Amino acid sequence: MTTDITPAAVDAAPDGQPKRKWIGRSMKRVEDPRLLTGRGGFIADQKIPGLLHAAIYRSPVPHGRIVSIDATAALAIPGVVAVVTGEDCKAKMNPCMNFGPTTIPQYPLAVDKVRYVGEAVVAVIAESRYLAEDGVDALKVEFEELPPVVDPMKALQEDAALLHEEHGSNLAYERTFTFGEVDDAFAQADLVVSDTLHWGRSAGMPLETTGAIARPGLNGVLEIFCNSMNFSYFVWLIATALNVPSNRVTISPVPAGGSFGSKFTAHKVPTLAGFLALQVNRPVSYIEDRFDHIMNSDHHASDRYYDAKLAVTSDGILLGLDIDVVDDYGAYLQFGVGTHGNALSQGVGPYRIKNLRYGLRAVLTNKCQQGAYRGFGSEVQNWVLERLIDQAAERLGMAPEEIRRKNFIQPDEFPYKIPGGNLYDSGDYPAVLDKALSMIDLEHWRKEQKRLREEEGRYIGIGLATTQERSVFSSTEFWYWFDEPAFPITSSPESATITVDPAGEFQVLLHSQAMWGNSPETVAAMVVAEEFGVDPSTVNIRYADSAHALPGTGPGGSRFTVMVTGAIRGAAKKLQKKIIEIAAHTLEVPPEDMEITDGRVQVKGAPELGQSLAEVALTAYFFALNLPPGMTSGLEEAYTYDHPLTTLPSPDRSDLGIFYPIMGHNCHIAVMEVDPETGMTTWLDYVAVHDAGTIVNPITLGGHVTGGTAQGVGTAQLEELVYDSDGQFKSSSFWEYLVPSATEVPPMKLGHVETPSPYTEFGIKGGGEGGRMATPAVISAAIDDALREYGMRVRNLPVRPADIVAAVQAARQEQKAD
Amino acid sequence: MTTQAHMGADPTVQRVITARINGRDVTRAVDTRTTLADWLRDELDLVSVHLGCEHGVCGACTVLLDGQSVRACLLLAVQADGHDVETVESLSGDPNDLHPIQQAFHEEHGLQCGFCTPAMVLRTKEILEERRERTDEEVRQEISGILCRCTGYQNIVNAVQCAARKLYAGSPAPIASGTGTGGSTDPHPGA
Repeated sequence: MTTDITPAAVDAAPDGQPKRKWIGRSMKRVEDPRLLTGRGGFIADQKIPGLLHAAIYRSPVPHGRIVSIDATAALAIPGVVAVVTGEDCKAKMNPCMNFGPTTIPQYPLAVDKVRYVGEAVVAVIAESRYLAEDGVDALKVEFEELPPVVDPMKALQEDAALLHEEHGSNLAYERTFTFGEVDDAFAQADLVVSDTLHWGRSAGMPLETTGAIARPGLNGVLEIFCNSMNFSYFVWLIATALNVPSNRVTISPVPAGGSFGSKFTAHKVPTLAGFLALQVNRPVSYIEDRFDHIMNSDHHASDRYYDAKLAVTSDGILLGLDIDVVDDYGAYLQFGVGTHGNALSQGVGPYRIKNLRYGLRAVLTNKCQQGAYRGFGSEVQNWVLERLIDQAAERLGMAPEEIRRKNFIQPDEFPYKIPGGNLYDSGDYPAVLDKALSMIDLEHWRKEQKRLREEEGRYIGIGLATTQERSVFSSTEFWYWFDEPAFPITSSPESATITVDPAGEFQVLLHSQAMWGNSPETVAAMVVAEEFGVDPSTVNIRYADSAHALPGTGPGGSRFTVMVTGAIRGAAKKLQKKIIEIAAHTLEVPPEDMEITDGRVQVKGAPELGQSLAEVALTAYFFALNLPPGMTSGLEEAYTYDHPLTTLPSPDRSDLGIFYPIMGHNCHIAVMEVDPETGMTTWLDYVAVHDAGTIVNPITLGGHVTGGTAQGVGTAQLEELVYDSDGQFKSSSFWEYLVPSATEVPPMKLGHVETPSPYTEFGIKGGGEGGRMATPAVISAAIDDALREYGMRVRNLPVRPADIVAAVQAARQEQKAD
Repeated sequence: MTTQAHMGADPTVQRVITARINGRDVTRAVDTRTTLADWLRDELDLVSVHLGCEHGVCGACTVLLDGQSVRACLLLAVQADGHDVETVESLSGDPNDLHPIQQAFHEEHGLQCGFCTPAMVLRTKEILEERRERTDEEVRQEISGILCRCTGYQNIVNAVQCAARKLYAGSPAPIASGTGTGGSTDPHPGA
């Protein structure tokens, strides 16, 4: 398929070698020194005079009515200031912001009912966190327990208890999209492979939890300091929830100790802190402890059950994909079903599959809600698709790289419109595969695999995956599911302000977030350095609070580097124009004869004729009578960069439009040894090659690959948020929720291919979600490959040692019986 | 019902303790139930001691007690009485004047969000005082008690090896094992 979309950013032409001084160089991060000396300025480090601290009483039952709350003993403790309940919320605030159905409202403290173990029920505010927790321990709360709804399939049965009576069903949402001639594709297929798969519930689980400090301040303004990302996108919705005019709430960004999606639009914590501060009219801090975060955060992640089918010809051509997925969303729907919109952005992966059916049922159960986690649901689709392709390759006797190569969208087919409507901007998938294959000796490993099995009785497996990393989201994925969406948002901008101060020093203001572990400041400094020829270490970066912030959307969906670069470059162009006009006026030369080079503005071909930026700045700030007629004082420009390429879905949804077009790609190859007796795995080799378009900073992009891969290891082998059959939560600490340590993550060989995007500034694509897009697929494939003689097939993540041992034992039993 | 019945510790009970904190003796009255981590953070403003889990798993609160890494969330402040405590500020608390270990993490991109970083830096100091030479695999073992959620550890391993080169630059390698408690084998006593 082709499309008539014409690339917009002409200066990002991939042909020729644009001369760049900073973009593409490995640069040490400007964020590092303060972090290395323990001065990160995290939310728990903030000290405010008169600060009170909140602790939360969390529901011990999965489903129940709140019968009574007795706070007498808690309030009697010296230092306990107040006790706040869902009754207060119901009386004084509106439900929290919510992109799901209005019949599924949520408050920061449970109102009337509790719907999962860990749900916040009561907040105790005290002079210290210790005293607040004493207060929590002294509360007496009575529940009338209701039947827990745990299994999402049983939740759909008619006799299941309802989580939200007003919604009338535990089926939160259902829809099937069909793109192309899916039935025909399956009818024509020589081979149909199918599988039932479960992607278990995990979460971003940053080492720092979400936290907020709220302070009723001057002029009736409620100030909220918070490590939630992209606050300027949604602060007005927090104001709405709090029943406060939007101009009387200000969120100030606080650096986050990691997010991985978990702090993207994290709203429960700042909303609750704001509400508590308003109740006592004093500053209140609510910082999740690890229990709070694991049980009651905004962001558990996908928990999906698939029936998936792939139609294939006898020579390995992929014809059609049929997905039926039940997603166990838990008790609320913060983002609606946007995580499946995300999956559809790259539903057919890097392959020329022309027919796609995608049936979704989003189910409510007595579990914590889902939100964002690195991949936002598309990483799950990657895993499902790669699982099916591996099965097809095995059935057809093809090597995994062979079947993939045969089906790749070719470099000359871009821009390429996939079934469903999204557009892939560019790519060179064969080049990425070739690069990965050049970094590992597969022939050697395949020989070793055979030799070690025969001579030493060892089990070696090789896994290979080629997956997409869509980047730069527009917002339509959240609502195209609905024929009559309540809020069909189409904006996802990012802004930047560049100031040259009177001394000629550069300052950049970013508008939607604070530092969260990536390198927004380094990127901003590099782009300014590129545009003005100054040393990036001299550029200072600040973050706007929401009262001053221009439109922004924050770090999600691997968008930030692309978008902030667009914003900074836009502001730079405006600023360059003004600088040149001032200097040209001063020097009495035509502006078109001047250029900015190495921090100076000078006449082209006559560099001695020019001014330093500091000279221009001085004129701009203090010598208005020397400015060109009509120009006003100062040297500051702002720019809001909108999504470079997005279109509306068609009214009948036969085409979902372009919503995630900046398409990254990767190939991972893993070699693992599996011990069938213990189920333990050992890494033997790991290669990861990514194409994130033009690379801004190789060293930080590599960090996303290795970091994302580690999280993929966690998702695939270690991490699971477990609710037992009674709805009790079994993973409430790091003793049960196993974040990978250094010994479980492989040493990796990294490679990069650069296929610049024709639509973005410099041709950058997003790369933030990194390895997690591919790693679960290669681990699954490697384990299957190692234990092929036992018919091993990884169908359920995480695949734990016990699962492997059980599969091997079952296969041995069967072999014995035969 | 009283608070004390729940907590098993009377919050009003205080003890006066003296500990050597980053080379300086500090004497304070502390609540007996206050953890070492909370005391360092809240009373002494050493906010580099980060709390990730408070269950003794993640290691973000790691400090050196008499030169050995410990979880500050699992110790009470009173247990530091008479002991030597080092936080990352003991290497350098000045972003413009990094210690060689901090410099190594900077150069090798051995950090992203910075939440585990002070702990990783302190653990690096501890193991490098013990000896210089380690395989990457051994480094992974040595740092496996501290969780990092961002980096995937590869660049932390590189940073530890880089720090080893920096600290032992010019020294005849291998260095004999030290006591692990600083003292005479401390390669950077002035830090």
